[in-house]
Amino acid sequence: MNSFFPRRYVIQGIFIAIALVLLLRLFYIQVIDKSYFLSAKDNVLRRIPIFPARGLILDRTGKVLVQNEPVYDLMVIPNEVKPFDTLEFCGLIGINKEDFDKKFKKAIKYSRYTSSIFEKQLSALTYAAFQEKLYEYPGFYVVNRSVRYYPDSIAAQFLGYIGEVSERDIEKSVGFYRKGDYIGKTGVEKSYEELLRGQRGVQQLMVDAFNRPKGHFADGRYDTIAVSGERLISSLDKDLQKFGEQLMVNKIGSIVAIEPSSGEILTFVSSPSYNPNLMVGRQRGKNYTALNTDPLKPMFIRPIQAEYPPGSIFKVINALLGQQFGSIKADTRFFCGGGYYYGGSRPMKCTHVHGSSDLPRSIQVSCNTYYGNVYAAMIDRSGMRSVNGFKRWREGVAKFGIGSRLDIDLPHERKGLLPTDSLYTKRYRNDKWRSGYNISLSIGQGELGITPLQMANVAATVANRGFFYKPHLVKAIGEKKYIKPEYTKKNYVGVDAKYFEPVIQGMSMVVNQFPGTATYSAIYNIEICGKTGTVQNPHGDDHSVFFAFAPRNNPKIAIAVVVENGGHGSTWAAPIASLLIEKYLTDSTKRDKYYVDRILKGNLLPRPKVAPKPVAPKKPDSSSNKQKQQPAVTANKKR
Amino acid sequence: MINQRSLFFNIDWIIIFIYITLCVIGWFNIHAAVYDPQNPSIVDLDTNYGKQLLFIVTALILGAVILLLDNKFFNAFSPIFYGVTLILLVVVLFVGRNVGGNQAWIPIGSFRLQPSEFAKFSSCLLLAKYLSSTNLKLQDFQTLIVCTLILVIPMALIMLQPDTGSALTFTSLVFVLYREGLSGYTLVIGALFIALFVLTLLFNTWAVTGILVAIAAVLIASNKKNRSFITTIAIGTAISVVFIFCVDFAYDSILQSHQRNRIDVILGKINDPRGEGYNLNQSKIAIGSGGLWGKGYLQGTQTKYDFVPEQSTDFIFCTVGEEWGFAGSFVVVTLYVTLLIRIINLAERQRSSFTRIYGYGVASILFFHFFVNIGMTIGLVPVIGIPLPFISYGGSSLISFTILLFIFLKLDSNRMGVI
Repeated sequence: MNSFFPRRYVIQGIFIAIALVLLLRLFYIQVIDKSYFLSAKDNVLRRIPIFPARGLILDRTGKVLVQNEPVYDLMVIPNEVKPFDTLEFCGLIGINKEDFDKKFKKAIKYSRYTSSIFEKQLSALTYAAFQEKLYEYPGFYVVNRSVRYYPDSIAAQFLGYIGEVSERDIEKSVGFYRKGDYIGKTGVEKSYEELLRGQRGVQQLMVDAFNRPKGHFADGRYDTIAVSGERLISSLDKDLQKFGEQLMVNKIGSIVAIEPSSGEILTFVSSPSYNPNLMVGRQRGKNYTALNTDPLKPMFIRPIQAEYPPGSIFKVINALLGQQFGSIKADTRFFCGGGYYYGGSRPMKCTHVHGSSDLPRSIQVSCNTYYGNVYAAMIDRSGMRSVNGFKRWREGVAKFGIGSRLDIDLPHERKGLLPTDSLYTKRYRNDKWRSGYNISLSIGQGELGITPLQMANVAATVANRGFFYKPHLVKAIGEKKYIKPEYTKKNYVGVDAKYFEPVIQGMSMVVNQFPGTATYSAIYNIEICGKTGTVQNPHGDDHSVFFAFAPRNNPKIAIAVVVENGGHGSTWAAPIASLLIEKYLTDSTKRDKYYVDRILKGNLLPRPKVAPKPVAPKKPDSSSNKQKQQPAVTANKKR
Repeated sequence: MINQRSLFFNIDWIIIFIYITLCVIGWFNIHAAVYDPQNPSIVDLDTNYGKQLLFIVTALILGAVILLLDNKFFNAFSPIFYGVTLILLVVVLFVGRNVGGNQAWIPIGSFRLQPSEFAKFSSCLLLAKYLSSTNLKLQDFQTLIVCTLILVIPMALIMLQPDTGSALTFTSLVFVLYREGLSGYTLVIGALFIALFVLTLLFNTWAVTGILVAIAAVLIASNKKNRSFITTIAIGTAISVVFIFCVDFAYDSILQSHQRNRIDVILGKINDPRGEGYNLNQSKIAIGSGGLWGKGYLQGTQTKYDFVPEQSTDFIFCTVGEEWGFAGSFVVVTLYVTLLIRIINLAERQRSSFTRIYGYGVASILFFHFFVNIGMTIGLVPVIGIPLPFISYGGSSLISFTILLFIFLKLDSNRMGVI
């Protein structure tokens, strides 16, 4: 012991003070600051998403329309990549050096430390060759994915396609989608996305500092399995669809066939079409651009997006409304001297001089004069002012689903055009106009735009004698075959069943009795009831339109066919419809070969515009392309 | 008479208990740090924990041998120990094995000897022997020079390896000198210089100089009458300014880049958790993720999966922090502090100043390792590669710490004997 003895306390004090500093610091980082805990998880846990198989889409009889095919996405974590033989690598996956540099830079830009897709959708074949060498390329690994495969290459516009999610999709999904995920872009793939996509699973793997897997975190207690997407049973009849598409080759137009007793869509043809397999795989981008710039617009979903004035098929609606409003009766006769005079010197011309007709005959021969009179009776001689008569008429038409969306289970449906009275009041600067001012409405011309789907729906309504089920493309969902309740609800159109009989009589005579307009399309043992339409087209040949249902009693199919530039309804649209009806009802075609061949080989494409394929390159601007309608349609709206 | 009682009763069992506890904690944590579920055997001489078990047994035998040696042996032989150590430190520079950039190891058969570890206790012994000789006063300039030389020679040789961490250990012996009469200002001035060092690195050299001169001016202006005060302040300021520029120079020209980076990481001048700051960041993550109670034995992921480098040697405390949480860390820190306080209490009860001085040396060296090692794992001290006594994996360090401690126990057990 010496004089410096008290200094022991200074030294011990320093020791204790330092220990307290250490403990405080430890307390802070271990107990108070939680960020280290999270960082530790980041270090060790790798959340490996398990991609569920996307739901299959079947046709109404259970045949596969869309299935999945395995592909392999090549992923990269730039930070872990070690120098390697780039040339060999490029050779294996089939890209060149520039592509490689570009892709690698892109990956680095995304993140150095987390993985991103380097090359998408290697085929099973490419992968097999690549897999053996994969160990030579640290930082690269492969993730299984599945892509869509369409065994019959049909119904492209109906099925739609899937594509990588956009930034907006990711934002909207609130965390469901991640970069590189696939999402339905159009068609059923889009409208049933949430059912088809299934539930993604996650494996929480632990890795060490060198990213070597060390097994499942907590023995897999927090792992979730992927749940496959629901299976959709579509309403489509695969064989009928295929036949319809064959018949429409080299023609522009649509076919929509509906089962009247359910609203299920049997056929949904949009022509020209494309092979849906083009929208899959590594060439997708190229194919997409080509399709998008094609002047015939194969991506345009004509059955729900093309609007035409319906032409003479609209007479069916006017005949029904005329009776319902009490303006005419089934035996009301009007005289046709070759035209309807509605003021001024020029008549609304009729195709023939029909003489005196009653209602069924007026439909059979499609007499314009008769419907000029019916329309005038409804609008001008209704006991109210013409403008109010028109309002009543418009309401009646609207109930048939015209001028509004039918709410089919596909995206991008258009509602068409049904003019309101204010359009004319504005045009004629007062509301004292009369039926003569818009007389073309009586024969389905003028300011009318109706989609092929709406046409088919009217046919189904007539077949049902007064109501329709919402047309839809998916009849049942999943294993339990769930059916949406809205699809079992009857929508009445406000016309009594009794008024349908004379009209149906007329429609039957159109096909089955001389001088009906579509007797060429009659089938020996099936009573088809239909109506032709020839839609005036100021830009070229008239559009050929036909809608029908069959058989007359207890109808099984209602159909609408539009063939652009096909001329008279009886030349193209009616035979096509009749062939499809026969095929659907008897499962075969007993017609002569020349009858079918004429249609199969018929080419109605606008020749001068299409012949030289590499025309001046169109702007690959998809939005403007989609907005634009066919020339005929826009033009008709203006009339 | 107490001194008639056997050695067994004279040994301080508290220290022995703490020593063994720390060794056992160390062994378990080394096991956890390198644990491989595919190979769960406890005793496997191919693994670090298998070897450490061997080292612990060896160390215990060595400790027992030391306790049985004659008391005078250490006092008498301390110059020889010191000389041999110096020779080894020179030899290692020529025949040494280079591990991790340090020429610190002499291979002997399958073992590797680390002379710098042994320099610690031999320097302590010589310092104790020298200072305990009669008629010495630390206030004497000559005495101070001799003391400094005793410490600086091994330090310099170790710096040549270069093993900065081990060399810095010797600075902790300033506590011994302080206890033996070195002016208390030494500690204060030392602390001031450390503060100045940090400030210089954090801020602009000129700014720090300016502020220093300004403070000096204010102090002088407030006390104009006192000439000696003014002189002291002026000289102090001058030295400080020179020091600042020396720091600046030393930092840029003498320190190696990895040392500069480690300092910059601690000061927050570099924020690069993937690069320079990787070790520290991972170490903090491992400890910080332990929470209050830890993840449980063998449940730590950060250390086991190699995120923390050197996880069984210098960064062994990460395993403690991760698997045993704050509770475990608290226990370990408390054990160390108890050990240090106990050593000083024992040192102060000695009649022999040799034992006392040596005891302080032991405490200082252990304290330095304890503080710097744990401090670096939690980001309070720059990363300096020195082991955590008794816990870190490694034969040389365990054995040298054991020798260091057990010599003191032996000396203490004889406290009642003839000086």
